[in-house]
Amino acid sequence: MAKLRVGVVSPEREIWSGEADMVIAKTVDGEIGIMPGHAPVLGVLVEGGVLRVKRDSESDLVAAVHGGFLSVADNDVSVLAEAAELGSEVDVAAAKDALQRAQASIEADQEDADARLEAKRAAARLRAAGEEV
Amino acid sequence: MGAQLRLLRRRIKSVKSTAKITRAQELIASSRIVKAQQRMHAAVPYEREITHAVSAVLSNTSSVDHPLTVAKEQPTTAGVLIVTSDRGFCGGFNANVLREAEALKAHLSERGLEVKPYVVGRKGITWHRFRSREMSGEWDGFSDNPSYGHAKEIADALISSFKEADGIDEIHVVYTEFVSMLTQEVVVKRILPLEVEETEATPETVMPYYEFEPTAGDVLDSLLPRYIESRIFNALLQSAASEHAARRRAMKSATDNANELISVFTRQMNQARQAEITQEISEIVGGANALADAAAGKE
Repeated sequence: MAKLRVGVVSPEREIWSGEADMVIAKTVDGEIGIMPGHAPVLGVLVEGGVLRVKRDSESDLVAAVHGGFLSVADNDVSVLAEAAELGSEVDVAAAKDALQRAQASIEADQEDADARLEAKRAAARLRAAGEEV
Repeated sequence: MGAQLRLLRRRIKSVKSTAKITRAQELIASSRIVKAQQRMHAAVPYEREITHAVSAVLSNTSSVDHPLTVAKEQPTTAGVLIVTSDRGFCGGFNANVLREAEALKAHLSERGLEVKPYVVGRKGITWHRFRSREMSGEWDGFSDNPSYGHAKEIADALISSFKEADGIDEIHVVYTEFVSMLTQEVVVKRILPLEVEETEATPETVMPYYEFEPTAGDVLDSLLPRYIESRIFNALLQSAASEHAARRRAMKSATDNANELISVFTRQMNQARQAEITQEISEIVGGANALADAAAGKE
């Protein structure tokens, strides 16, 4: 079966690239799963989403992806994230700490949009690292 | 010791310490160029992908009617983003950028546009302050190591002003492009209204028909600002690498000049010392002769 060529890039660096069987990402419309032979798609990713790349030989690659785009054409999948982090690179303690701080400031001020965003990001990082949120 | 000799010794000492400083700066700059270049290369994949995505959307939507791509019919103001460095010691780096910015300003004024400068880097900011020119935006503190967050901050300010009815109608950027270690060029580019650098549509590169999630308009809405951010980020990275390269070159020639000065002074000092010794000997010989003459006269 044909494979997908996947590239996950952020403005500062290329996070990961390689071959995969399936890519699951979260766009603003909902989750989207891409398999080889998928029609060309250009989607907007949600803030604080988790990207899952399924490979047959190895375990899934999971990354926290904050905003950005997903573009699929001719079995090439590129994920353009404003910021992204591989699950294995996440500092769990720091992310938990950030989540707690963000939640505290949401409780103090319900309208705090920055804190909500921060909480979403922290939660995504924790999920990417395999933690229950 | 003669006065001249002491003077020369002092000057040599001071030039030597200057040479030490410039040499250190040179070495620091050379190590940072490598890092800056790596960051530049690391940013390439994202830029390539986002340019590809933007041209994909634009080629799919027959009538692109996005505020960011449409040129206003009667442009009245133009924003110019000037990228300079925070620190000096880099030769003509900032002077070149500012000169090019002035030329652009003259050109835009000729077209009847009012120019609003947005300045990055402490050197550019002080240059404008000194001439009491008003700046519409200023950012500093990151010229040698910019992050994407900085580019976003700048892009946000520019885009929001562009969207305002009485804001800026065009955005240009003046920065130094890193061509190679030895060549850096000041370039002027227009960022808005947008001109996506599209490659020739040969049969192999015809864009497939994309589906959009959620809609083409929404995708474009969030894609274009990112594209502009990435253009600005690229300008900042190029400028940072160029700054280090310019500094390295300036510091290298400063070190060379200092070493040359030291050798000139050393020669002068040796000459002065030799002259002093000769004089002392002739004084002693003269004195001895006079004593001998006086003794001979007594007898």
